[in-house]
Amino acid sequence: MTRLSAAFSKSRTALVCFLTAGDGDTAANLDALVEGGADVIELGMPFTDPMADGPAIQKANIRSLGAGTTTADVLRIATEFRGRHPDVPLVLMGYANPMIRRGPEWFASAAKDAGVDGVICVDIPPEEDDALGPALREAGIAPIRLATPTTDDKRLPAVVDGSEGFLYYVAVAGITGMQQAAIESIEANVSRIKRSTDIPVAVGFGVRTPEQAGEIARVADGVVVGSALVELVAEHGANAPAKLRELTSALSQAVRTAR
Amino acid sequence: MTESKPNTFRNQPDDRGHFGDYGGRYVAETLMPLVLDLEREYRAAQADPAFQAQFDDLLEHYVGRPSPLYFAERLTEALGGAQVWFKRDELNHTGAHKINNCIGQILLAMRMGKTRIIAETGAGQHGVATATVCARFGLPCVIYMGAEDVRRQSPNVFRMKLLGAEVVPVTSGRGTLKDAMNEGLRDWVANVHDTFYIIGTAAGPHPYPELVRDFQSVIGKEARAQMQDRIGRLPDLLVAAIGGGSNALGLFHPFLDDPDVKMLGVEAAGYGLDGDQHAASLLGGFPGVLHGNKTYLLQDEDGQITEGHSISAGLDYPGIGPEHAWLKDMGRVEYTAVTDDEALDAFQLLCRTEGIIPALEPSHAIAAVAKRAKEMPKDSVILANLCGRGDKDIFTVAERLGVEM
Repeated sequence: MTRLSAAFSKSRTALVCFLTAGDGDTAANLDALVEGGADVIELGMPFTDPMADGPAIQKANIRSLGAGTTTADVLRIATEFRGRHPDVPLVLMGYANPMIRRGPEWFASAAKDAGVDGVICVDIPPEEDDALGPALREAGIAPIRLATPTTDDKRLPAVVDGSEGFLYYVAVAGITGMQQAAIESIEANVSRIKRSTDIPVAVGFGVRTPEQAGEIARVADGVVVGSALVELVAEHGANAPAKLRELTSALSQAVRTAR
Repeated sequence: MTESKPNTFRNQPDDRGHFGDYGGRYVAETLMPLVLDLEREYRAAQADPAFQAQFDDLLEHYVGRPSPLYFAERLTEALGGAQVWFKRDELNHTGAHKINNCIGQILLAMRMGKTRIIAETGAGQHGVATATVCARFGLPCVIYMGAEDVRRQSPNVFRMKLLGAEVVPVTSGRGTLKDAMNEGLRDWVANVHDTFYIIGTAAGPHPYPELVRDFQSVIGKEARAQMQDRIGRLPDLLVAAIGGGSNALGLFHPFLDDPDVKMLGVEAAGYGLDGDQHAASLLGGFPGVLHGNKTYLLQDEDGQITEGHSISAGLDYPGIGPEHAWLKDMGRVEYTAVTDDEALDAFQLLCRTEGIIPALEPSHAIAAVAKRAKEMPKDSVILANLCGRGDKDIFTVAERLGVEM
């Protein structure tokens, strides 16, 4: 059983927590997420042009790159995290260009060496995934695809086919950190997706509070929280770990008691 | 990469929107169904004579096409070499080639039942052209423009507002065309149900590079017929400036299978290609993925997009249309670059020899023409695309020349 499948095989919904690598003291911040009860860590690879992200994560990308974060730094953060937390699944999320710059094989192998379990690439849809996806699979890393409210039934098989680890359902047609989708729409879409796949479905985009996370946890296998955590890093700097631990604990509590 | 020369250079892209290794549809899943829809709708429009008829009618009576083909006699004399001819697309309604594409795309938007238009703009020419067609067809319009470009191109900002558009200054990144395009994509992804994104250049996810090229190809089709008509033969060399590359493709594409017609695309070398203050993606960049397509990009070793520079806001973009990337690798089109200073000299040269104030974008083409014409015999013919007029740029030029206005 992989670390990812273990995280999703528990009798409860998994809490997936996102932070941008290189924004603040990432090691301390990630440890706080784990201490607070995060089941899966999503580590954002900073990019100059985060087209799918709202203001909170855009700014985190700018802060990280402004501090000089390189791809080597992101991989080092992952490697060190794996050393401290041998059992917590770690997923890299980001955009195509930094992932393919040195070649998809290079990236897949470097990510594997860093102890990464899965990769989410925002701007490589199934239609363009003939290099990165195969390279990741070859290296034993789960390529995690995104489904959205605009992914209709005709398209869904192409999205699901080739997704491993879990499927990331983007709850709103929009960018990260903005409004939340109605729970009815999330529930309907998650059950629609689950009719066509056995892999776990995690729901993200617009999930900010324990209440929202708990509501979604009743209908999904995983809940992803990103912008709300990234905002704590921006606001509290060196004191962010305590705040992150606090919010993650509340999120985790809500998710664990949801069903 | 030129070992297997194709029978035609005019059958790209393939059915997945790829120009060789370039192009494609590198977008977030939310947008995928929409770009697939757009492609279906574009295929239907291409097969619909009524669509083509409406496009042609608007180009003739609203835009003012065909644009003249003009022999630049005094410039030719001043350069002392090849005959220099201009395709006068700066005489179009709104003062640049951009309107050709906007007419085509707004007709597509209406076919698709979209009720809201968004666009990005650099120099403001595409923003003005988009605001214009939105006013003409009564659709609300939001234009994303980098905050730095809002400052550089204030007359065009006011024009867009007069035309009823909402202009949103974009402060993320360095506040130029790339950042405006990011913001356009963010708006689109959040408003896919009713919004059509009119992309201003032959870049972005498939089918944009193809359809923008097709709409702009009116330039080359007219020029081909006009050349035959005026001198009974095709030109020896075509020259056009390249930011995203739509005016160049519009001119080049109808000539791609004429082996005797050479082509020169002119990128912006800014302060010089030896440093990093330029916007020459083909000459100074590497292949990568940005804004929905794979193409040459200005980027660092980690794949972070770097901020170039050009005096011309319309050329200040770190990418390039994917068809140019392919044409470069195939060796069919030659690419060169011209510095800010060379473009400024060419700007003034055209003002004084021909009584035409060109935009800074075609001033780059004119600078390349000036170099090449001198090396070519007097009976040879250069045709350059004068893709925009310079009214919008006089403030920038005055500042660079140290003139108080």
